[in-house]
Amino acid sequence: MFRYTLHRLLAAVPTLLAVLTVIFLIIRVVPGDPAIAILGDNASQQVIDAFRDRLGLNDPLWVQYGRFLAEIAQGDLGSSMVSGRTVWQEVGAVLPYTIDLTAASILIGILLGIPLGVLAAVHRNGWIDYVTRLVSLLGLSFPAFFTAILLILVFSIELRWFPVISRADMADPADRLYNLVLPALSLGLIMTAYVTRAARSSMLEVLGEDYVRTARAKGVPPRVVVLHHALRNALIPIVTVIGLYLGLLIGNSVLTEIVFNRPGLGKLIVTSLNQRDYAMLQGLMVVYACFIVVVNLLTDLTYGLLDPRVKHQ
Amino acid sequence: MTAPTLDTAPDTGRGTGAPRFLADLLRVFNANKLSWLGLVLFVGLCLAAVFAPLLATHDPIDQSILYRLRPPSDSHWLGTDSYGRDVFSRILYGARISLIIGLASIALGLVVGGALGILAGYRGGWVDQAIMRVMDVLLSFPTLIMGLLVVAMLGASMLNLIIAIAFTVVPKFARIARAPTIAVRERDYIEACRALGYSDLRIMVVHILPNVLGEILVLASLWTATAIRIEASLSFIGLGVAPPTPTWGGMIREGFEYILDAPWLSIYPGLAVLLLVFSLNLLGDGLRDAIDPKLRE
Repeated sequence: MFRYTLHRLLAAVPTLLAVLTVIFLIIRVVPGDPAIAILGDNASQQVIDAFRDRLGLNDPLWVQYGRFLAEIAQGDLGSSMVSGRTVWQEVGAVLPYTIDLTAASILIGILLGIPLGVLAAVHRNGWIDYVTRLVSLLGLSFPAFFTAILLILVFSIELRWFPVISRADMADPADRLYNLVLPALSLGLIMTAYVTRAARSSMLEVLGEDYVRTARAKGVPPRVVVLHHALRNALIPIVTVIGLYLGLLIGNSVLTEIVFNRPGLGKLIVTSLNQRDYAMLQGLMVVYACFIVVVNLLTDLTYGLLDPRVKHQ
Repeated sequence: MTAPTLDTAPDTGRGTGAPRFLADLLRVFNANKLSWLGLVLFVGLCLAAVFAPLLATHDPIDQSILYRLRPPSDSHWLGTDSYGRDVFSRILYGARISLIIGLASIALGLVVGGALGILAGYRGGWVDQAIMRVMDVLLSFPTLIMGLLVVAMLGASMLNLIIAIAFTVVPKFARIARAPTIAVRERDYIEACRALGYSDLRIMVVHILPNVLGEILVLASLWTATAIRIEASLSFIGLGVAPPTPTWGGMIREGFEYILDAPWLSIYPGLAVLLLVFSLNLLGDGLRDAIDPKLRE
C-alpha cells in the first residue's frame, strides 16, 4: 500500500503543474487589462502603468510564470487587490463553511443514494426501479439554485422551521448544524440522484456475475448475497462517481451559497469576479485545483483499499 | 430479448441511408418509452420558443408600473414581475435564449472536441498524449466554475456564453470521440484507404467520423441538458445575457428578491428550466441505454 500511495502521489505532481499552468494562462491570456478593470476606464495612463508595474504585469509572460510557480511553491497565493488580506486569510475564514456543506452533501448522497440504487437494481424493471430511475433523473435535472429556492419557500417561509439566511455561529455546534440543514439538503438531494444512478448500474453489472449466481445456488440468503457479495464489489464505480461529482458539487455550491447567503469558497469566487480581483481569483483557482487533485488522489487511494488488485497493478 | 441499437457503424465507414437510420431510431425509442416523453416535451418546448411571438400574450419587455407584482390571473396567466412585465410571455421568449445558447454551445463543443478527439485517436503517439493531457487538465475543473471564469473574463454576451459553455464541454467530446477512433483505426478498410493514398484528413472526416458520430450525438443530447443548466446558473449569478432580454436564470434571480411577496416570479421560470433539462435528460438517457451493450438484456 505504501508503494501504491507513493506512486499515486508522484503521479499527481505533473497533473498539478499542468493545472497551475492552465490557471495562469486563463487569467493572463484572456482579453481585458486587469489594471483598467480595477482602476476603471477614467484612470490616467500613468496610474495604470504604475499599477501594472506594482503587480508585475509589465514583465514578460515567462518571468511572470516563473514567479507564479515560485510563490506557490513557497505557499504564497498572493493577496486580494481589494481587501489587501492574503488569499489564505480569506480562504481560511470561509473554508469551514465550505467543508461542512460539501461533507454533509456527500453524506446525504451516500446515505440515501446507495440504498436506493441497490433497491432499484435488486427489483430491476419493477415499479420501485422505474420510480427510482424517474425520480433520480428528475433530481439531476434540478438546477442547484432552484432546489435551494424551493426548500427556502417550503421550510423557511411556509413552515418557518429553518432560517432564510444561513449564517451560522461556527463556535456553536448546534447552530452550525441548524444552519447547515437546508443548504446541505439542497446539494445532497442532487448528489443522491447521481449516486443512486451509479449504484444501480454498478449493482446491475455485479448481480449478473458468475460468483453471485454461485452464491445464490449455494443457498446463501438473498440479503447476504446483495450486501456482502455484490455491494462490496459494486462500490468501486460508486466511489469513482462520488469522486467525479465532487467537482460538480463544488461548482453547484456557488449557487447554494448565493441563495442561502452563506459564506463559502464559491461565494468568495463570485465576489472576486464582480470586483475584478484577479489576484484573489488566481489564488482561489489554485486552491480549487489543489482540492480537486487531492480528491482525485483520495479516490485512487480508496480504490486501493476497496480492491486489493488495484494496488498490485 | 435483444435491445435495438443505433447502427451507425457500418464496416464500410459509409452511412446506410436515412430510412435505415430512422427505423433504428424508432426501435430505440420504442424500447424505452420514457424517451418518447422526453422527445414530446422537448419538441413542445422548442415549438413554444419558435412560435413565441404568436403564443405570447404580451410584449416580454413591455413595462407597466401599475401592474407590478400581480399574481397569476386571466390577463396575466403566470403573473407579472417587479416592472409589471408578463411572466408567461417572458418565459416563452426566455426559452429561445436557453435553447440557442444550449444548442449552439454543444454544437461548437462537439465540432472542436470531436475533431480533437478523432485527431488524437487517429494519430496516436505524442499528438494523442499532448491533446489528451490538456483535455484531462481542463476536465479537472468544475464545469460551472470554469464557465464562470471564462464568461467573466470575456464579458457577458450571448456569443461569449456560447464560447464559455462550449469550452467546458470540449474535453468531454474529445474523450468520447477518441475511444471509438482508436478501435476503428485498426480496421482493414482504414488500412485500405491508406494504401489507396487517401489523405489523413479525408480518412478522418469521410471514413472515421460516421463511425463515431452516433455515440457522440447521443451524449450531445445529455450534455445539452447540462449546457442549458449552466446557462441558467450563469444568468442566475448575474453573468447571463444583459437585461431587458428575458433569460430564465435572470428571471429567477430577479424573482428571488421578491420571494416573500411574489414566489411565482422564481417558481415558474425555475419549472421551465427543470422541464427543459428533464426532457433532454429523458431523451439522452433512453438513447444511451439503447446503444450501451452492457445494459442490453
